[in-house]
Amino acid sequence: MIINHPILGPRDAQEFTYLGDASLIDRPDWQAEDAADQFHDYLYLRDNPAGEHRELWFHEQGDRSWLVVTRNTVTHEILTVELARDVARARGRSK
Amino acid sequence: MRYSGLKVIKEALTGHKGWRPAWRDPEPKKSYDVVIIGGGGHGLATAYYLAKNHGVTNVAVIEKGWIGGGNVGRNTTIIRSNYLLDGNEPFYELSLKLWEGLEQDFNYNAMVSQRGILNLVHTDAQRDAARRRGNAMILNGSDAELLDAEGVRAMYPFLNFNDARFPIKGGLLHRRGGTVRHDAVAWGYARGADLRGVDIIQNCEVTGFRIENGKCLGVETSKGFIGANKVASCVAGSSSRVMEKAGMRLPIESHVLQAFVSEGLKPVLDGVVTFGAGHFYVSQSDKGGLVFGGDLDMYNSYAQRGNLPVVEDVMEGGMALMPMLGRVRMLRSWGGIMDMSMDGSPFIDKTHIDGLYFNGGWCYGGFKATPASGWCYAHLLATDTPHKVAAAYRLDRFRRGCMIDEKGQGAQPNLH
Repeated sequence: MIINHPILGPRDAQEFTYLGDASLIDRPDWQAEDAADQFHDYLYLRDNPAGEHRELWFHEQGDRSWLVVTRNTVTHEILTVELARDVARARGRSK
Repeated sequence: MRYSGLKVIKEALTGHKGWRPAWRDPEPKKSYDVVIIGGGGHGLATAYYLAKNHGVTNVAVIEKGWIGGGNVGRNTTIIRSNYLLDGNEPFYELSLKLWEGLEQDFNYNAMVSQRGILNLVHTDAQRDAARRRGNAMILNGSDAELLDAEGVRAMYPFLNFNDARFPIKGGLLHRRGGTVRHDAVAWGYARGADLRGVDIIQNCEVTGFRIENGKCLGVETSKGFIGANKVASCVAGSSSRVMEKAGMRLPIESHVLQAFVSEGLKPVLDGVVTFGAGHFYVSQSDKGGLVFGGDLDMYNSYAQRGNLPVVEDVMEGGMALMPMLGRVRMLRSWGGIMDMSMDGSPFIDKTHIDGLYFNGGWCYGGFKATPASGWCYAHLLATDTPHKVAAAYRLDRFRRGCMIDEKGQGAQPNLH
């Protein structure tokens, strides 16, 4: 697979390591009343769709940026690639 | 109709006109005591042991394609009981004991062949780990022998003993492990269940569950509604997709694992050899093809095919271990969808929905687990209590902090 890095252009997926579902960006509030439940769901439960899936890839052999890759898990087609930093900021995270 | 040597000879002499289909092809009834979703090895084994061990015969197995067409038709056919942890080893030992008596039990030739599995050791640390694993296996009633390099050389002199990076220093030999003809497992269980009255309904897809007041009343299918006192999901690979219809999220990701078979060769390898340092495992089928595989592709996939980088990685592992493979041509490769759970171990449990049961998350271990999975799932369905060797396979074990992390590599599918 070729991942079209937003800064560096097309790169072989072999340069990356895979973390999993991009929902891992949304870390729960550890001070919430139900933090234990929230962290259980965050760490262990997955939607695991057959079709479009947003996921985190780390450019370990490259610029060491984290990307959010939207990929079809049935066809392996890559639809969009964003910097994880931009995705987090768009959701109101400060860094 | 019972199969026997005499019957084979008789049919051979009379033009093979006496063979009959091994199972019926019935239309679904309005309702059943138990509806099992998934006509793979585990689903059919569950139906078989429900009927045989518990006398529950008003059972349907619903399969969206044809039986045995999913993961049980896409694996490397290895059986073994060489696990380490208390939550796992008694379960896989029960499974291996059932494999040993399987063919006599269901009167079907599954070609169970206990040719031995050798896990190679390349470092002192690996030898320590192998010794610990071997002791755990023996304590749980399995068998294990620790070989030194000379012992391995006597068995397989063609291995690459002098690899600069991974010299072979010995191996853990599990003589009772081996291989089985995978399709025959599904067919044998199907025939055994059918003979006891179980309806096997093929080409019937489950499209939803009918759940009222927290109780599951049956399944909606492409052949209409089928009522059931108990609904048992058993669709490893598609677990997330099926259980989502009941509103459940699971601690499971789907990943693809590739396997390969070479052109047919004369007998070169009589057992199974695993190369843990490079991740490669190989056996030779009765037709002569070398059957081997390696790592996951490492990202979520439902594609039932892999990508080339992993093909290259597996071939490198194979060449490092058996340099003579270099001139062997590859015949086929295939990808099975693994239900990768967060700790690498499976689930056999009730769900929070009354009457709905779940079996899945088999990771790499689904095929070898088939008999015990069916045995324990049938026990759970018939008695509503977990079987003692599957008691650790609960859905809430992450919440309780009781993970069964066999490889000790962390709580994420692509780590194990």
